[in-house]
Order: sequence, then C-alpha cells, then structure tokens
Amino acid sequence: MKTTMKLMATTCLTLSASLAVADGHMANEMTIVSWGGAYSSSQENAYHIPYAEMTGVTIINDESSAEAVAKLRAMNEAGNVTWDVVDVVASDAIRLCDEGLALEIDFDEQLAPGDDGSTPTEDFGDLLVSDCFIPQIVYSTTFGYRTDLVGDTAPTDVCAIFDTETYPGMRSLEKRPINNMEWALLCDGVAKGDVYDVLETEEGQAQAFAKLDTIKDSVIWWSAGADTPQLLADGEVVMGSTYNGRLFSLIEEQDQPVAMLWDAQVFDLDGWIIPAGLTPEREARALDYVRFATDTQRLADQSKYIAYGPARASSAPLVGQHATLGIDMAPHMPTDPANATNTFLYNYTWWADYRDDLDAKFQVWLSQ
Amino acid sequence: MTLVLAADGRPLKASLNRALRRQKLRALMLIAPLLIFILVSFVMPIADMLFRSVENEIVVETLPRTVATLDGWDSESGQAPDEDVFTALYFDMVLATEYKTHTRLGSRLNYEMTGISSLFRKSGRGVGRFDTDTYTDAIQAADPAYADPAQWAAWMADDTVRAALPMTANTYDAWAAMIIETEEDVPAEEVPWNFVFTSLYLEVTEGAEPPVALDLSGVPLVSLRDQFADVDEDWLDPEVWQVVKIYSPEYTNGYFLNSVDRFKGAEGAEVRPENEQIYITLFIRTMIMSGSIMGMCVLLGYPIAWLLANLPARKANLLMILVLLPFWTSLLVRTSAWKVLLQQQGVINDTLVWYHSTWFGQLLDPVFMGLLNICYAFVNVITWVWNVINGIWGGTDGLYMDWAVAGFERLALINNQTGTIIAMTHILLPFMILPLFSVMKTIPISYLRAAKSLGATNWTAFWRVYFPQSVPGIGAGCILVFILSIGYYITPELVGGTKGVFISNRIAYHISSSLNWGLAAALGTILLVIVMGLYWMYDKIVGIDNVKLGG
Repeated sequence: MKTTMKLMATTCLTLSASLAVADGHMANEMTIVSWGGAYSSSQENAYHIPYAEMTGVTIINDESSAEAVAKLRAMNEAGNVTWDVVDVVASDAIRLCDEGLALEIDFDEQLAPGDDGSTPTEDFGDLLVSDCFIPQIVYSTTFGYRTDLVGDTAPTDVCAIFDTETYPGMRSLEKRPINNMEWALLCDGVAKGDVYDVLETEEGQAQAFAKLDTIKDSVIWWSAGADTPQLLADGEVVMGSTYNGRLFSLIEEQDQPVAMLWDAQVFDLDGWIIPAGLTPEREARALDYVRFATDTQRLADQSKYIAYGPARASSAPLVGQHATLGIDMAPHMPTDPANATNTFLYNYTWWADYRDDLDAKFQVWLSQ
Repeated sequence: MTLVLAADGRPLKASLNRALRRQKLRALMLIAPLLIFILVSFVMPIADMLFRSVENEIVVETLPRTVATLDGWDSESGQAPDEDVFTALYFDMVLATEYKTHTRLGSRLNYEMTGISSLFRKSGRGVGRFDTDTYTDAIQAADPAYADPAQWAAWMADDTVRAALPMTANTYDAWAAMIIETEEDVPAEEVPWNFVFTSLYLEVTEGAEPPVALDLSGVPLVSLRDQFADVDEDWLDPEVWQVVKIYSPEYTNGYFLNSVDRFKGAEGAEVRPENEQIYITLFIRTMIMSGSIMGMCVLLGYPIAWLLANLPARKANLLMILVLLPFWTSLLVRTSAWKVLLQQQGVINDTLVWYHSTWFGQLLDPVFMGLLNICYAFVNVITWVWNVINGIWGGTDGLYMDWAVAGFERLALINNQTGTIIAMTHILLPFMILPLFSVMKTIPISYLRAAKSLGATNWTAFWRVYFPQSVPGIGAGCILVFILSIGYYITPELVGGTKGVFISNRIAYHISSSLNWGLAAALGTILLVIVMGLYWMYDKIVGIDNVKLGG
C-alpha cells in the first residue's frame, strides 16, 4: 500500500511539474526559429548576440524552419504557440499569412527606417511580397560545377545542364518542380518573360517535362541543401543546383575545385514572420527584436558571415569583408552586378496557385 | 446449502468480491496514469488526425450564405450562378476577409482546383473596394437617421423591423459580431458597413418596409456578379462554382478519392488523368519493397540469431554488441554512411574498379565475375520479382543489374530501389535478430542432438525439429520489420532517389509542405487499414498466438 501511495504521489508530482514547465514561458526569454548550420550562426553573430547584450533577453535557438509551416499550424490549433520569431522563405510566409498563422506587419510603422532616410517600404521595395513577411536576405538557387570535370570549356550558360554531350556525367537538381520547370522552358527556347504564361498550359507543362526527360537518367535529385555541395565535393556530379551560400563555403572555405555558374540564377527571399496569437507582451518583444534585426546596419552585418545579400537597398553599400577569411563579400553576393547579368525572378503568387497541381504531376513524372 | 460466512459475519462471497474489487481498483489506479497518458497523447491525437480525412467544415463555415443559396444553382447549366449567389458571396467574403479566413479557404480549395488560392486572395482585397458605397451614400442622403449608429442598434433590437427586413437583420448581426470580435468596437457607436446597406437596399427595392421611409427608385442596382468578375474573370467560370458546390458538405470523401487517384467530380468519383496518378503505384511499391526488406532481414538475420543463441557466452556477447552497436547509432549517420559506401565514387565501386585494374583481378575476372554476379543476383532476387511485376505495368527499373553486361561500369547502388533496400535492411535488421534470438535461446540444443541420435541428417534435424520451434520468432520479427518499414520515410528520402520512395514520403510532404492534412490523413488511414488487414491475415494463416517476442 505504501508503495502504491508513493508511486501515485510521484506520478502526480511529475505531471504537475511537467505542466508547470510547459506553462512557464520565462518572462525574459524568446525562442527564435531558424535553419541551423552556418546560416543560424550568421544570425547569432549579427543579431542575437548584440540584441541580447542590449536588452538582456535570453534567446533560445530552435532549428525547425524546415517544418515551420506545419509546426506553427499544429501549435496554433493546440492554442499554445511557443515560438516568438520564425525565419522562413517567402513562399512559406505567404502560405502562413494565407492560413492566418502569421501576424500582419505595418512595415512603415513597425520597422526601422533606412540609414539613408528612406522609409522601410521604399527600402525593401519589391521584396515585400506578403503582408506578414519581413525580408532579411536575398539568396539565389544557382549552379556550381566541377572545374576539373568540365573539360576545356567551362559552362557559362544555364543550358549546360541539358547539354549532356559537352558535359557528360551526373547533375543534381532539387526534387521539386519549382525552378526546374522554369530552367527547362528557358533552355527550350521560351522567352524569360513568357515562362509562367507557358507553364500555365498543359502543353507548356508537357514541354517542360519533355525537356527534363532528356536528362532524367543523369540526374540525382536532392532534397536537402547540403546534398549538392557534398555530391560536388565527392565528384558524384559534374554540376548541380543549390543555394549560393552553400557553394560559397564549398569554394572559398573548403577550397574545392568548384566554380559558380550564375547564369539564370533564381532569386528567392528569406526573412522573419511573427506567429499570430502571441500574448501582447511577447508580441511587442518579438516586434522589438525584428525591428532591431532588420535595420540597415544589422542586415549588412550578416553578410560578413554568409554570402547572402541584405534585403534592404540601404544595406548594400555597407557590405564589407568576410569576418574570418578577410575577402570582400560583395563579389560573392547574388545581387552583385557581375553575377546578376541574367537572373530569373521566382513568381511567388503563381507558384502559390500551381504548386499543389504541378507537384503531383512532377512526382508522377519522377516515378515513371 | 449453507451460506459460508466470513469472520465478520458477512457472506464469504460478498466479502471476497469486495476485497477483489478493491484490489482491481487499486490496480486500475496504478495503471491510470499510463492509461490516461496513452489516451491523451496517443489515441486521441491519432483519432483526431484520422478524422481530418473526412472533415470538411471550412467551406460551409467560411461561406455559409453562399453555400445555402448555391443549392438552387444547376451545376449542369454551364453558367456561373446568378446575382443572388454573388450577393451571398459578397456578404460572406467581406466577413471572411475581416476574420482573415478567406485565404485559408482559398488554399483548401486550391487542392481541388488550381488557381482558387489567388482568386480568393485577390477577391479579399477587392471586396472592400466594391461600388456598393453608392447604396450607403444614397440611403444616408435619403434620410440621415440611417447614418446614426445608435438608431441602427435600436432598429435591430426591434422585432417588427427584424421581421420586415430579415436579410438586413442577418447581415447587421454578423457585422456587429465581427465589429466586437475583430475591431473591438461597440456596434452601437459605429455606422454599419456597405454590405449592410446593400442588403437594406435589396430588400427595400423588393418592397420591404424600412423603419424610416426610403425612396430608392433613382438608385441603380450595382451588379455584384459584375463586381466580382471585375476583380477576377474566374468567378464566371462554372468549374470554380462546381468545386465550391461539391466541397460544400461538412464531410467529404474527396480526400479518400484523391488518395486512390480519383477525384470527386459532379457525378461522383472520376479517374484522374494519367499524369496525376501516383498514390496506388506508391502503395503497391511500399508493400512490395517492405516485403523485400522483410525477406532480406529473415535471410540475413536468421543465421546471426542462430549464432547468437548457440555460441559460447563470450563470443555471443561480442556478437551481440556488434548487432546492437549500429542499433544505437543515429539513423541519419547510418544512412549517410551507406551513401559513402554505395555511391558511384564510393567505397564499393572504388574497390571494384581497383580490383579490376590489378593483375590478379584481370586474371581472376572470369571466375569472380561469375561469383559476383551470383551474389548480386542473390541480393536482388526478391526485388527482381518486383521488377517483373513492374514490367507488367510497363515501367521497368534497372534494379537487377548484371555487372558483366554493365561492362565494368560503376554500379548504380544508390538513389534507386537497391539503395533503399540495402540501407533499410541494415537499419531494421536488429528488429529481426532480437526477437529471433530470444525465441531461439529457449530452444534446447539437446533436441537437435536427440534428432540426430535417432538418425536424422543435419538438414532434417534443422528443418523438422529446430526450424518449426523458431517460427514464432520469425513471425514476430517479420511483423515488426514490415510495419516499421512501411512507415519509414527518412531513409527512402535520402537514398531512394525517385523510384525508391514510399507512400510515407508523400504523407510527410502533405503534412509539412503542402499542408494538405486531409489528404495526408486519408493516406495514413489507408495505410493503417492495410496493416490491420495484413495483421488479420497473418492471424488467420499463422495465428497470432504463435508470435513471441521472447521467453
């Protein structure tokens, strides 16, 4: 009997203790969600450390951005949002905003003006793609190739991907229709401005798949950003698409025989959202953090640690040298004029509509 | 018959029952924490998740008036609905936009028809700018009482006014609730919005009696159908309306139809076009590949378990550690290690190429080639069956690869089904070995000796005496491995390429990326039913009492 009582008492204690922990979102802590790896440490250095010093807030890092949309929805349904600020890509931000899971931001009211005196709306310009999304960096999905495996003629054109005669060997592409469909059409003679109009039609989709069919047997499909750099380093592929920052660290930090192919790089955005349904106190603190972390100087600071372009126009002149390598970062930015001679703009709203449909078709095509 | 009494004078039976009941209660209380924990954290969430596969309340909750009026629309007419439906849509959209639920509905319906997502997003921005402000201005110009919030509140509290203007009362109530909830204002201090005046105008022009006489004869009708069409032409597309109508009930079998490559059309289930059929193929592939993995695990695990059970303790312990060590290593580490081993520039391929370049490789090639081919064929013998079956459906996959035919090319061992089967067999092998081991441990080796001393050959002794006793272990291992492998998605995602992925990869995609939880739930439910069906079959054929995890 005594043991029984003890057991029950312990159970009760454990239960109440765990409830207390779940409930006690400490007053001076905030949870910031990001992607992990080099990207998170660039944010740690540029934003978290100075902000913590300034305010005394303890910042808890959570590396769940890849599942942020699903987790936020689950938290919202459970009525217990434990995240304060979340780093997501623009398309996810649009989805979160559509689902009512992210807070709408009044950009001019709630963000810091640019150092050059511009209002936030002017400073971010076209990059404000959703009412809930505060852009942070511009990154691009682009190609890297093995300098020792491409022979004498280094590729300068994105269509080298489809040219298996000049560049035999495997390529790596992302396992999703986005970007691949656009590149296929571009290399099949569709003008840049017409890509999405063509892709809206059944024939256009068939055309893109037919073009991808020509290289289907020489493609390794990746689903994690680290795959292509690894495949390039191992010599498994001749060329492959990934995020430009990953290629930067492969080339500059790890010194691999790899070079960038910037042609038809696809710009994309990454930035912050604040979850809907926070208590007013937490919401105010999250807004305060975001205001600090997206001002002109902070955005420029981040580019010291990682090769992604700051989202504010006013930050561009402040981009300096890499914090440890001491090389100029400007030429490694996707937005650098020399790299951005031929860029492709990813159409968020178009993909928000066509993503479900094309993804299904893409999966069928893959499994054929 | 005399009643047996206990010491306290009560009948023994009642007394016993009481004591037993108390014991039962105590036992129940002891397991109560676990029971409640399992109910709350396991059974309820799963049931809730599975329920999403049929739940579809979002349409009727977001567009209640539209759904009600849409009943009268003939979906066969080939025409978009008339003004009434658009009026209802206008009211619903204004409210949904304020509650920020319209885009949510848009993403929901976009799963069924591409383009609805942006249609709703655009219309949400558009409804605030409709020309219905002309009604407001005209009505307020006709009588300033209509610009007085307090007056409005008084009318709407009056039953005779409400009876005369039912639609206006309805929109006013919805507006008032919205003002309180989203703007946190007091309705009696705010002038109603344009859509309330719209319903007042419509009712008055149809002859209803307003609280204060209104002459609206000079005010032209603003066609809401045209207003919506101005925002987006798609509103005039009858297909959009068909989707809204088909998905207006609170419960739908649409997700289940989607998960078997059908869709819910106007006349019930219809087959999807061929370039959208994926799930049935994936279900079959998942079953066959899980079966192959299970078979590989039996083949590889049985001898190891036998060794474990029959070697001297010291050697057996060492072997046990070797079995358990990978078991304790992170799944991702093991999967990545297989990548390093199996890729084209990986360890295995490098070794084969090096071997071929050496003089003894050249010399022994004819012999080793034959041996290697046999090994390779053996490894793939079960999956080869899959290939044959797949061949019947048209698509063949270079899974079984003849090294001699390939002519010393590097083998494609990863990013295909071979990769998934090799990596998953390795990962799930302990789940086969451990139940087998614990069953074999209980089989006395003296039985084998007895059989042999009675004249049985080694084979007969094993097959007739030892093997039947180890079957419960095989059963337990097979169930464990099979059920675990049909739910696996990380390993197939990493090493499976395009043809080595499972249905669970699609479920994961719909949970975390497309947010189509309804479809994910339907796929999950089907998977669960299949597993339960197989379990039932196993019970019928082998008998579940024959399964032992140990002892």
